[in-house]
Amino acid sequence: MDQFLSNIGLLFEFPIVNLKIIIDGLMIGALFALAAYGLALVWGVMNVKNLAQGDFVIAGGYVAWYLSRHGMPPLLGVPVAFVVMWGVGWVVYRLVISRVIERDLFTSLLATFGLAIIMAQMLNLLFGSDTQSIQLDYDTLYFFDFIDIPIAKLLGVLMATALAVAVVLFMKKSRMGQAIRATSQDARAARVLGIDTEKVYSFTFSLNSAICGAAGAIIVMVWVIQPFYGITYSIRSFVIVTAAGLGNLPGVIAAGLGIGVAEQYGAHIFGIGYQQAIAVLLLLLVLVYRLVQQRRVRQSLK
Amino acid sequence: MKKTLFYAVLLLITIAAPYLFPDYGTQLATLWLMIIVALTWDMTGGQMGYNSLGNIFFYGTGMYVAALITIGMVHPIGEYTDASRSELMLFTEGQYFTGLIVGSLGAGLFCALSAVIIGYITFGLRGPYFAIGTLGVAIAAGELVSNWDWVGGGQGIQLPVYPGDLDTGKVVFYFLFAITGVALFIFLKWLYSTRFGAAINAIRDDEEKAEAMGIHTMRYKLTAWALSAFFVGVAGGISAFQLIHFEPLETAYQTINLGIFMVVCVLLGGKGTLWGPVVGAILFHVIKEVTWNYLLGWQWVALGALIVVTVVYFQDGIMGWLMHNKPEWFGMRVEKKEQEGTA
Repeated sequence: MDQFLSNIGLLFEFPIVNLKIIIDGLMIGALFALAAYGLALVWGVMNVKNLAQGDFVIAGGYVAWYLSRHGMPPLLGVPVAFVVMWGVGWVVYRLVISRVIERDLFTSLLATFGLAIIMAQMLNLLFGSDTQSIQLDYDTLYFFDFIDIPIAKLLGVLMATALAVAVVLFMKKSRMGQAIRATSQDARAARVLGIDTEKVYSFTFSLNSAICGAAGAIIVMVWVIQPFYGITYSIRSFVIVTAAGLGNLPGVIAAGLGIGVAEQYGAHIFGIGYQQAIAVLLLLLVLVYRLVQQRRVRQSLK
Repeated sequence: MKKTLFYAVLLLITIAAPYLFPDYGTQLATLWLMIIVALTWDMTGGQMGYNSLGNIFFYGTGMYVAALITIGMVHPIGEYTDASRSELMLFTEGQYFTGLIVGSLGAGLFCALSAVIIGYITFGLRGPYFAIGTLGVAIAAGELVSNWDWVGGGQGIQLPVYPGDLDTGKVVFYFLFAITGVALFIFLKWLYSTRFGAAINAIRDDEEKAEAMGIHTMRYKLTAWALSAFFVGVAGGISAFQLIHFEPLETAYQTINLGIFMVVCVLLGGKGTLWGPVVGAILFHVIKEVTWNYLLGWQWVALGALIVVTVVYFQDGIMGWLMHNKPEWFGMRVEKKEQEGTA
């Protein structure tokens, strides 16, 4: 307890520590937001709650890590992971997801939970259970003699932003993006108007998987991955989507950055051992908050 | 008459099993554990329509509460769980058995109470949010306990070994699980035939209408979850003594092992039926042990695939399939007449 208090005291004594924590949190949060955006996409378009979301992220990370160990330039890992995970997503869609779209809510949750177990274990068997990362030999920038930002992390954030912008533009401008948005609004009407919803579904899920893969490829360059880290990323995605709501892009970004910062503060105050617990507790907090909100709505309706 | 005979034979098999297959004592005990958790999951998941992914919370909490009660009655807990000292602390035979019984029952009561508290918060969540919320509770509990040094932290807790012959110990644990399981089965058989059973089925079918008919849905939901938590807690308490040593993430709050297995057992056997969870648990346990033995390394992938296949292709389960194809076995004549009429 004293430890926690002294950690909190540190924040007030040296305000610049806050700045460092916030910058770190925003960087991580950008990647969380990316994975959460994919979750919201799939959730909104085909009503599938993908509990294997985090495992797609980790799988993408392993693709980049494996290829970079075999002589590929690390930065190339991001587009390659995007393409490879697109393929994986398509296969997963054909085998499993396409069969749970029309089913009840719990089915997709449980089926993807089974999927998460399979993916985590396959990664474990293929690459071992050690934590892995790609070391980039870039410098570290220093501001005010205290804030250190490794250029690798900065690059990661830039790539995440570029990817996010590209995806958003794609959804806004392209025919396929329009079809996806139409399907998420009303699948039946979209079908009537001649949109091949089956194609939209498989495209959406593959796109989600690819976004996750690219996010994972960035994560492996700036932090570490491990086969069983997936579930935490899934839970973070759920926290973000639940907090922001579906189809609310600014909300997803804000919630993603927010949870990144909150986790960094939590890790600073309570110690790194609590990081997973904090992610989960945030989920519970968000759920309870939503519940209270709903009750208020219901009461006002009465 | 036929039914009485059927149950008598089953009971006889239950009693004779550990003596017939002495090498599989622990396996059979685990089988009963699976049956217990599957039956309790079905109470809320199958009969009431609230699919929890976090029932493992009660298992883990049951383990910890039973262990802490046992230790706390004899030694100061903080000193005991300090790993360097635990070997010095001994238990007499009397203390061990008192701890086993009082601890397990206490664990059950504690879990029932915590189910009411957690349920009060989470039962407002519907559909997938309830599943994710309860999963969150279980994961959070595991993470918090593994950071809590007073209860042993990530190292877990070491309980005393069964005093006396170890083979007798195995049989004793088998019967503890078996008695809990049989008691649970009889209890559920009675419970599902009462108004209470009808009420929770009504909640599953349409909660708004059930409420409109004057059923206090919240009260029923809390009671049902508390009852199921009680039995899981007791089973967890017994498990703690059977395993001797347990730690928070892999053993107690094993979200991806037992936590998901219990759901798969129920789906495999048939949701919302009395026999489904039992049949499913037996089948799943056999499949699990076979894959564990013959697919070394790939067993988890195989089990994950089993989960996906069960959920996607075979969600009605064995009992559901039987009911659909052999309705006359369940005394459902109406359906048969209709078929004859149309033929």
